[in-house]
Amino acid sequence: MRHIISILIENEAGALSRVAGLFSARGYNIESLTVAPTEDPSLSRMTLVTRGNDDIIEQITKQLNKLIDVVKLIDLVETPHVERELMLVKIKTTQETREEIKRTTDIFRGNIIDVTAHSYVVEMTGPSDKLDAFVSAIAADNIIEVVRSGTTGISRGEKGLHL
Amino acid sequence: MELSGGQIVVQCLKDEGVEFLFGYPGGAVLHLYDALFHQEDVKHILVRHEQAAVHSADAYARATGKPGVVLVTSGPGATNAVTGIATAYMDSIPMVIISGQVSTPVIGSDAFQEVDMIGITRPCVKHNFLVKNVADLAETLKKAFHIATTGRPGPVVVDIPKDITDPKIKIPYKYPKKITMRSYNPAVKGHTGQIKKAVELLLSAQRPIIYAGGGVILGDGNKELIKLAQTLGYPITLTLMGLGAYPATDKQFVGMLGMHGTYEANMAMHESDVIIAIGARFDDRVTGRLTEFCPYAKIIHIDIDPASIAKTVKVDIPIVGEVKSVLKDMLELIKDSEIKTNPKALAAWWKQIAQWRDVQCLEYDRNSGLIKPQYVIEQLYQVTKGDAIVTSDVGQHQMFAAQYYPFDKPRRWINSGGLGTMGFGLPAAIGVKLAYPELDVACVTGEASIQMCIQELSTALQYKTPVKIINLNNRYMGMVRQWQEFSYESRYSHSYMDTIPDFVKLAEAYGHVGIRIDKPEEVRSALEQAFALKDRTVFLDIITDRTENVYPMIEAGKAHHEMKLRVALGTSTDRELA
Repeated sequence: MRHIISILIENEAGALSRVAGLFSARGYNIESLTVAPTEDPSLSRMTLVTRGNDDIIEQITKQLNKLIDVVKLIDLVETPHVERELMLVKIKTTQETREEIKRTTDIFRGNIIDVTAHSYVVEMTGPSDKLDAFVSAIAADNIIEVVRSGTTGISRGEKGLHL
Repeated sequence: MELSGGQIVVQCLKDEGVEFLFGYPGGAVLHLYDALFHQEDVKHILVRHEQAAVHSADAYARATGKPGVVLVTSGPGATNAVTGIATAYMDSIPMVIISGQVSTPVIGSDAFQEVDMIGITRPCVKHNFLVKNVADLAETLKKAFHIATTGRPGPVVVDIPKDITDPKIKIPYKYPKKITMRSYNPAVKGHTGQIKKAVELLLSAQRPIIYAGGGVILGDGNKELIKLAQTLGYPITLTLMGLGAYPATDKQFVGMLGMHGTYEANMAMHESDVIIAIGARFDDRVTGRLTEFCPYAKIIHIDIDPASIAKTVKVDIPIVGEVKSVLKDMLELIKDSEIKTNPKALAAWWKQIAQWRDVQCLEYDRNSGLIKPQYVIEQLYQVTKGDAIVTSDVGQHQMFAAQYYPFDKPRRWINSGGLGTMGFGLPAAIGVKLAYPELDVACVTGEASIQMCIQELSTALQYKTPVKIINLNNRYMGMVRQWQEFSYESRYSHSYMDTIPDFVKLAEAYGHVGIRIDKPEEVRSALEQAFALKDRTVFLDIITDRTENVYPMIEAGKAHHEMKLRVALGTSTDRELA
């Protein structure tokens, strides 16, 4: 099952490699990982998407908690939450396809943020499967490149992951 | 008080009460070594190879309970230390390793003797620090000692660039008395509700067994463990790392469990209905095949490290906390509990165990005319009156020592259990002897292992650490040869050397006493002679039966009840025998 582990970690040099190293050393898989400092510059917030059965996820959270730099973590999948991912897609355009691509972008509530005579750059956010859907709606031949941020997320309601 | 970075490090060690610093100088730590020159409180022990510095400090920690401290230079000094660090990490030994690093402006430029020590050691330390500012030095060292010695202990590396220890830059020094870290707060007390449940399960057991490990020794919980076992009257088995946590000569002790554990310990585990695991981690050498591990048992597991619980074996009642504190709470509850142990069931269980004991799984051929390694260990036990600290290397001799030297006290058996590091024994013995000059220290080793850190014979002379080296010389890497015999149709691929040195001459060349023994009747007197030479390191090169194997054995992929015995149990299955 897919899990989204949200981690509050000391914003120290090497903190990211401790997490990444743990996953490779113990053979856990990382689907995506995003990290950036929070409003408190001494802390970073990391969102890590992984897959595994309950036993593996239990070990992953225990091993992460064991890292000295990890302050707190939660598995977002266990609570109501929202998740988002940012994607930028560069698409080849021709006179004939420009209108169609713009319409598709509108349907997916994306924005065209760069235009040249022969290309668009589309910006889109949403849950990962929506982004997948957009990519498959565009003819593969027309896609020049895709860049995705990986999933980030937050729990719903008043409670939050903080000190 | 204004101090340079180098002086700060030395002062921090003094303030931590560090007695010995095991190390080896080099370019990146010259400022530090200069600071060491001007004081005598912290005694520096100059090893002959950095790996040995870590093993010596590690064994000092195992024997005393105090953290072991190491100082090595950057680059090769640091990488040489890594095997030692990994050894300490696998066995959860509290250590602080200070490594020199190239100066901060040149970090990352492939400077002379530069390695990414933080990156290299990350998977084998509890934590590590790179100090980038001299103002952070004292606090970082405090954190290092705090992390190393609390919770589940472990080695902590502090990597210090050369410019941080510059004698020209001085800053006010203050060593923090206490440190709190928002991201590190190890559990102490166990959960009361869980402890209550555990006590109820434990008291209602029919075929219980206590399975305790190195965590009991590390957490100084052996008194409570003895109390628990004796209050309940239950059988107790110990892991390789736990030996000494419960007196091995007591009748409730059924021996070590696992791959080379006793038949009775492994059978009792297999047939038990309640297991209480205390400071043990269900290592693969203990459990055998996991799918058949203790099929009838409910399991209580006490451990300070939540990640050790349910890692490989599902547990019914997990308790996270310090062994000592949890056992104390348990003893209180047992005293007041309305449930009492079941004497009838227990008597039947002990009767069953007695039958397994009758198999006499540790018996061996005493009339071969050859020196049996088991016999040497038995004699070592008698000559030292069971009161020596025994260090060992890794292999058959290690298992023989564990099986035939009954340890009655904790911190008397010093070996590399988790990583299985050959070369550990001699530097370990030196570290132990420095801590306890008045005690007999024996290093049980083999002719292959001893050569991995043989250069430390020189250190032993310099610091006058008269240890006794019991070299069980079978002219083979015995354990490798044993596995090749059992699993590779005796194809002894590269498990022997045909140029073994003359250890007597070697010992003498290093300034020690060397004695070669090749007759069984000489063993006793040679041991007596060695231990009588109080102020000399003695190398006993004992030529043992080269075909001897370690029995009993759970072969790879087998379960507890499928032990290979020296003398097969006839046609009856183990259960019928029971």
